[in-house]
Amino acid sequence: MIQHTLRASRRAVSAALRRFSETSGGEITEEDGLERTGSPAEQASLYVHVSWHLKGGTKKWPYCLRRCSYCNFNKYISREDNDHIMTECIQRETETLLRLSQVSCITSVFFGGGTPSLAHPSTIAAVLQTVSRWARLSDKAEVTLEVNPTPVGKSKLEDYCRAGVNRFSIGVQSLQDEDLKILGRDHSSHQALQTVEEARRLCPGRVSVDVMFGRPKQSVESWENELSELLRVCDDHVSLYQLTLERGTRLFKQVLGGEVTVPAEDVTAEMYRCARRTLQQRGFLQYEVSNFARHKAASHHNTSYWKGRQYIGVGPGAHGRFVPLGEGGVHREARTQTLEPDVWIREVRQRGHGTRRRIQLGHLELLEEVLVMGLRMTDGINHEHWEMFSPHLGLREVFGTSREVQELLQSGQLILDDRGLRCSWDGLVLLDSMLPALLVELERQIGPSLQRDHHTDGSPH
Amino acid sequence: MSFSLATRWCDAPLMRRVLQFKGYRRKIQSCNNMTYTLFRHRWMKRLPVFSSGLKMASTQTDTIDLSKFPVDRIRNFCIIAHIDHGKSTLADRLLEMTGAIVKTQKNKQVLDKLQVERERGITVKAQTASLIYSHQGQQYLLNLIDTPGHVDFSYEVSRSISACQGVLLIVDANQGIQAQTVANFYLAFEAQLAIIPVINKIDLKNADPERVASQIEKVFDIPCNECIRISAKLGTNVEAVLQAVVDRIPPPVASIDDPFKALVFDSNFDHYRGVVANIAVFGGRVRKGDRIVSAYLGKSYEVNELGILRPDEHPTQKLFAGQVGYMVTGMKDVKEAQIGDTLYLKEQPVETLPGFKPAKAMVFAGMFPTDQSDYPGLRSAIERLTLNDSSVTVQRDSSMALGAGWRLGFLGLLHMEVFNQRLEQEYNASVIVTAPTVPYKAVLSSPRLIKEHGSKEITIVNPAQFPDRSVVSEYLEPMVLGTILSPDSYTGKIMSLCLNRRGIQKNMVYIDDKRVMMKYLFPLNEIVVDFYDLLKSLSSGYASFDYENAGYQAADLIKMNILLNGQPVEELITIVHRGRAYSAGKAMCERLQDSIPRQMFEIAVQASIGSKVIARETIKAYRKNVLAKCYGGDITRKMKLLKKQAEGKKKMRLIGNVEVPKDAFINVLKRKDK
Repeated sequence: MIQHTLRASRRAVSAALRRFSETSGGEITEEDGLERTGSPAEQASLYVHVSWHLKGGTKKWPYCLRRCSYCNFNKYISREDNDHIMTECIQRETETLLRLSQVSCITSVFFGGGTPSLAHPSTIAAVLQTVSRWARLSDKAEVTLEVNPTPVGKSKLEDYCRAGVNRFSIGVQSLQDEDLKILGRDHSSHQALQTVEEARRLCPGRVSVDVMFGRPKQSVESWENELSELLRVCDDHVSLYQLTLERGTRLFKQVLGGEVTVPAEDVTAEMYRCARRTLQQRGFLQYEVSNFARHKAASHHNTSYWKGRQYIGVGPGAHGRFVPLGEGGVHREARTQTLEPDVWIREVRQRGHGTRRRIQLGHLELLEEVLVMGLRMTDGINHEHWEMFSPHLGLREVFGTSREVQELLQSGQLILDDRGLRCSWDGLVLLDSMLPALLVELERQIGPSLQRDHHTDGSPH
Repeated sequence: MSFSLATRWCDAPLMRRVLQFKGYRRKIQSCNNMTYTLFRHRWMKRLPVFSSGLKMASTQTDTIDLSKFPVDRIRNFCIIAHIDHGKSTLADRLLEMTGAIVKTQKNKQVLDKLQVERERGITVKAQTASLIYSHQGQQYLLNLIDTPGHVDFSYEVSRSISACQGVLLIVDANQGIQAQTVANFYLAFEAQLAIIPVINKIDLKNADPERVASQIEKVFDIPCNECIRISAKLGTNVEAVLQAVVDRIPPPVASIDDPFKALVFDSNFDHYRGVVANIAVFGGRVRKGDRIVSAYLGKSYEVNELGILRPDEHPTQKLFAGQVGYMVTGMKDVKEAQIGDTLYLKEQPVETLPGFKPAKAMVFAGMFPTDQSDYPGLRSAIERLTLNDSSVTVQRDSSMALGAGWRLGFLGLLHMEVFNQRLEQEYNASVIVTAPTVPYKAVLSSPRLIKEHGSKEITIVNPAQFPDRSVVSEYLEPMVLGTILSPDSYTGKIMSLCLNRRGIQKNMVYIDDKRVMMKYLFPLNEIVVDFYDLLKSLSSGYASFDYENAGYQAADLIKMNILLNGQPVEELITIVHRGRAYSAGKAMCERLQDSIPRQMFEIAVQASIGSKVIARETIKAYRKNVLAKCYGGDITRKMKLLKKQAEGKKKMRLIGNVEVPKDAFINVLKRKDK
């Protein structure tokens, strides 16, 4: 208890307000951050979409400081005076949804979105304070902040730590300045390296870097060199993403118009293969399609998505998956918050939350998500994990008889054994080719269930 | 009104006066809208009286007394032309000038009733219009039988021609003789009809009627001075056409004193009255209430209604020898009105007329509803369409890839296209049409098979029924004689295209100093798919093409299989000429390669003959197929995509271990879009 208090005191703003009295006995397992006590229904992770805090914005409509050419995320600008309004609304929505879900324990918090590092540290502190008021938030709980490696961001890192952040996810993307320009990023590789260094100083072992491959004009060789350089400076966690061209982005138009060319599919496949091998050689274990960690630095927050656990999404455009126990709900719902910040603010002020869309997940839908997300992990889905969602029909019973699944097992791309169901090293690369067959089989075994779609009223449109 | 005047005195000065008169009247009309409307209304209403009643003082009713038109005052003619040379425009003018229709700006292709006819500027279904024309103080009954211009419809053409004694052969003063002009000329020439060449569109800037007249002299051996130079659009010299019809076309050979005898040369179906038969009276007379007999069925009917077509039905009491008209007899099924059948009066049997050979389908294509649930709707649409076009053969067909459908036989490519277009436009049916095939024949060598089939020679329409080489002494393929007309600058390109299509040149003549006419013997199979489009594009649209059937010839035909990872795909079996197997196989493999999605393993797409692979394409395996980023906010979108793929997977056809989407078969089997 004393230990708890000591650690908590580091979180200058919020620590004292957390309901530590209730955390006694609550202990975080090192593996995945799930508290051993309490049923899954009483726990959830929290995603907070925060990205509004931009200087000099004169337009009412939101923008990022700069819009990255590959990003179609919901971004917006608002003036300084909107800052406290946003903070107030985030707090309000957090409170509403926590009460609605009736979770007693928040296992991790992730502040994400476009450029959330521009959020004021006091906002982060205020949100964590709200969480602690309505649920148990262990001082050990992972609190991640997504950071853009700009000088502005870097200078604030320490303040964020004081506000309660204990993990940073840094969008380095590339170490080539020219590429950063093409991607429309407003940082340089030098700034990125400095930001990583500062973050490591503040949260040693709890810094993740995002890096992107398949970028315009990139070759396998240059990618390998770049990755090696990155591994020399990074901490214990790496996320690597293939650049995906999203419709409606500037880069998409440029590629479509022939101004920019991106590497062919075979080349990006080779890049991915090389990166997996290199990372493994350097002691980074792949634990998910895009995520690698050494020294057990896997992200608890993201792991809970892949394990099909409950999560609450707060902020404009955020998604959530939880059972609204507070209104007598018994089924998990897929919930989406209103995307447009101004509308979202109005809704939160009017009725405490800006949930735009609620879809009740039936038994089959829930299992589908568990399957699709679970197989992204190298450990796949173990039998106990599956049993929590499907107590009557085990993995072997569902998938054991399918001819197509048998073929996948025989070809060694899929493994179904005493541990559970998972992709092999080679199979993981082709997961999306295997999933349709698995989904067809799952539906055949479980049978379709009615999907109900609720649209909340009160939407101004 | 002006027409009656015009037709009484046909010399040029009077004509001009008439035109002035017309102009004057127009002025009055446009001065006062009210007057205009009223006046026009009355004028329209009284029109039939003007054109018939007024001149035939004996009747004051709308009924035309056809007995006033003995055989020597009757001319039966049709108009034949290459597409867009102005056949329907001339028909409109003739109708206007003889008062059959009101002259308005709206008269465009009055006889082309179908949407497809108006859109494509072609005539598909023969139409008939009886015109009353005064010439040198005499009243004449001119029966214009509007025929389809294209030889695909030569069935319709020959039916019409059999009711005619002469033709107007229209040639565009700018384009000159085109392929269809030649084909149509020979149809008329072989039927020994009087041919009146008409050079149309002389008002065009680039018109060169002299050049066209000399082409006509050269190709058809008709003296230059027999050509009538007109502008149907402006009405210039069209009067001369009517005079020529009277002067140069002989009256029908028929006697009113013979017993009644008529040829059924067309029929339509009317939901209220049943079958409406178009008939040409070859002898005697018939009246309402008569009992007539169909020679074909031996069944008797009562004549409920009869009349002439002007071009709308105009009931009369009687029809006389040499006249052309329509008849409603209470036939309920269009099959009862057999085209080519002879009708006679009950108790007065006659020798039957020669009739027609049934049209033979030469181009076959599968037709399948895009959605199987549309099958009944499409079935009834096809039934209704074939009701008025008995030349289409219909066989039920089913394909593992495309479901239940039909294999339809058409007289030619245009016929097929027109049919499809009518299905879509008139019945709003959405269909998948497979690439057209032709009927092959095989001469069987095995006595057992000959006995089984009941004949030595069998026709193969479905490639799956192609008999093995070992039981066949030879295969035969249908041939056509193609006529190509083109400016001589494209000759080289055209010749190499024809050579490429196994064409054998039969003849090549310059019809003037710049234009050349070539005749080629082609296997029909080589021209059914894209020959015409290629010809058009390599000649910048200047070459024209037409063909007539030319029997069967021995051919080195083989069955080609398409394999996916070694597994044959039954629905893609194709019959090809050995010399074309490689290119056909390669094309199919390429189309399949483009339409089968990549899978987890490599897929070999092969074309084979027997056990020999002649073409191969490879669909590479996915090397990576997994979404990079998938966190809480991405799940909904990802699930949607995967569910869609899972749904699609259920609809895939599994060949070996390869999943083939239905679209892939459609892409390979359907006709290429132009």
